[in-house]
Amino acid sequence: MTPRRVVAVGASLGGFAAFETVLKALPKGYDLPVILVQHRRQDTESRLCDLLQRHCALPLSEPEDRTPLEPGRVYLAPPGYHVLVDRDVFFLSVDPPVNSARPSIDVLFDSLADAYGERCVAVVLTGASDDGAEGARAIKRAGGRVFVQNPDSAQAPTAPRAVLARTEVDGVLELPAIAELIAGLQD
Amino acid sequence: MDAALAEQHQLEAIEVDLLLTAVAKRYGYDFRGYARASLMRRIRRALQLEGLSTLSALQERLLRDRSCLRRFIDALCVNTTSMFRDPDFFASLRRDIVPLLRTYPFVRIWHAGCSTGEEVYSVAIVLEEEGIYDRCRIYATDLSDSMLDRASQGIVPLRSMQEYTAAYHKAGGREAFSSYYVSDRTNAVFRSSLRRNMVFSQHNLVCDGMFNEFQLVICRNVMIYFDDALRDRVHDLIYGSLSGFGMLALGKKESLDFTRVAERYRELTAGVRLYRRLA
Repeated sequence: MTPRRVVAVGASLGGFAAFETVLKALPKGYDLPVILVQHRRQDTESRLCDLLQRHCALPLSEPEDRTPLEPGRVYLAPPGYHVLVDRDVFFLSVDPPVNSARPSIDVLFDSLADAYGERCVAVVLTGASDDGAEGARAIKRAGGRVFVQNPDSAQAPTAPRAVLARTEVDGVLELPAIAELIAGLQD
Repeated sequence: MDAALAEQHQLEAIEVDLLLTAVAKRYGYDFRGYARASLMRRIRRALQLEGLSTLSALQERLLRDRSCLRRFIDALCVNTTSMFRDPDFFASLRRDIVPLLRTYPFVRIWHAGCSTGEEVYSVAIVLEEEGIYDRCRIYATDLSDSMLDRASQGIVPLRSMQEYTAAYHKAGGREAFSSYYVSDRTNAVFRSSLRRNMVFSQHNLVCDGMFNEFQLVICRNVMIYFDDALRDRVHDLIYGSLSGFGMLALGKKESLDFTRVAERYRELTAGVRLYRRLA
């Protein structure tokens, strides 16, 4: 069954700590899918997935190509691949990095804007590049909602600022408020 | 969603089907079985590069201008590859695959979707270091002529060499990586001796057959661009071209799950997506 809402959160520099805060707030039984994009170097022997799982009551995993998008799960974009979603399934890509990033937040957001339109809730947290700004604009155009972390309190303000320069947003919030907002999205 | 965008989407959906059909009918390149999400992204980029604003306009140009077609194919084939990408895979090649290949008097390897060739040269280097390259022939194929051109010349940008050297070592290489290439100020060229057992040729996984038998098929991060039906087709083609107990290597985040050939293979090494054909 296609999800009634999809939550996507992107971050780069400072993202790990920020994601912790967001994940900790998700209650057991949360019934929306959450997709995370954290800029990551390829080929890292990364334990990011395991580390984030410790703070998350929901199962958290890296999707593979053709993994179904399921409610009540958290997905972390794997290193070295772009992540797209179509018909409630993950599709991966090794197209060139976008804004030097692969996984790219823009690529995911663009794809979600196409696939889910107004059902999207996209969030851009701390980050050192523009990645996410174009995608956020696509989501707004498609009728979805966009929130950014307050640049003044973000570890790296560039990303939230880039979004604010590119499109209207539905809120500029402190991290705890973002966490609460996401947690509260399930009716 | 604003009304203009909704209409744009509607038109795009109609136009893209027509465009892909046009290209298939005119030129025989059939992209209709490609996974739509990644395909749309690439088509939109191609559109942008042509400086056009509608897919119908792109279709018109494609039908009449072969150079536009070449650019279009390149845009749809783009990916970035690198030497020893996923060092884990190459470490596994050395540790798990080579011992099995040693048991054959002569080894045929099909590298399907070789792009600009970096992974092919990486494989050749491992085989050479393990002392079996003389018994091997690597058939490297790709849809794109321009990719194959570059691959067969063995040219890589010199500025990538530091990254490649590190990846080579991470994959278990112990020689001086620089011994494998010569360079000028901008480019490195792999030594022609490394190319001696490589054959590069054009092949379209969508419609071409394969009339050889291979002990190893490497098809990494290629089928991610195909929809399920095309992926099944290609898997059948690969299965039919593997010798009994032959091996198939997929990309790190691909699997045989949800494919119709899953039961015909046994996973050889967990985590590197290496499978062995059951008899």
